[in-house]
Amino acid sequence: MVPITTLHYLIVAAGLFVLGVVGVLTRRNVVIVLMSIELILNAVNLNLVAFSRLWGLHGQVFAIFVITDAAAEAAVGLGILIAFFRNKETVNVDEVDLLKW
Amino acid sequence: MTPVATPFFFYLLSGLALLGGILVITRKNAVHSALALILTLLALAGLYLMLYAPFVAGVQIILYAGGIMVLFLFVIMLVSIEKSQREDQFNKQWIGGLVGAVALGALFVRVFVRSKALHDLTGMPMAQLPEQSNTQEIAVYLYGNYMLAFEIASLLLLVAIIGAVVMAKKRI
Repeated sequence: MVPITTLHYLIVAAGLFVLGVVGVLTRRNVVIVLMSIELILNAVNLNLVAFSRLWGLHGQVFAIFVITDAAAEAAVGLGILIAFFRNKETVNVDEVDLLKW
Repeated sequence: MTPVATPFFFYLLSGLALLGGILVITRKNAVHSALALILTLLALAGLYLMLYAPFVAGVQIILYAGGIMVLFLFVIMLVSIEKSQREDQFNKQWIGGLVGAVALGALFVRVFVRSKALHDLTGMPMAQLPEQSNTQEIAVYLYGNYMLAFEIASLLLLVAIIGAVVMAKKRI
């Protein structure tokens, strides 16, 4: 059996990243778009941790910073979503057209 | 401690992670998507353990699967799911999504197959990092080299808390 190298982890991370991008581009529900962004951030985290095996612990420290950012982003994004739902009674991205003319 | 049956667990965990990702972007019910995302996050925590990163794995489970996903589930319960479930789940941009995904995937394949530097790097045997002192060493980096970034992260969290309260509150 082929031994597992860093490249294997990078391929898994690339797959997760592409799945997240597809979710962001095609779904209508804002909650699921935010979850797809979490998928993208997790793919980046997997890359960072996989490379930290070669270059010391800097990658793991950056992964922790990325998790912090994800928490902040989720809090603000869901706050915006609640405010928007209160005004327009919808959670679909393509109905967010208050600035469109 | 050297891991046992590494290829088996790698393929199991990465398969679970990718399966969870596919379920996240295809399920109609947002609660099911959230549960699938939790599956992905737990599988990734297992992969972090295999990469000798026990602290990041613990943070992943406690913060992501425990904290952020509970926040997501709360918001799904707050906004009505029955109404949005009956609507169309995908927008009209599926051509754009397909083109973007194919272009991105082709870019990844091109880099992984053709880049010589990446192959030189990733082909070399992986070091066994000491996992007993992992948390300690991360703390040394976090409070030493990355002191400024750490403080800025705390400021970012403060701004996020205030912003979330301001936006979600009816009247300030």
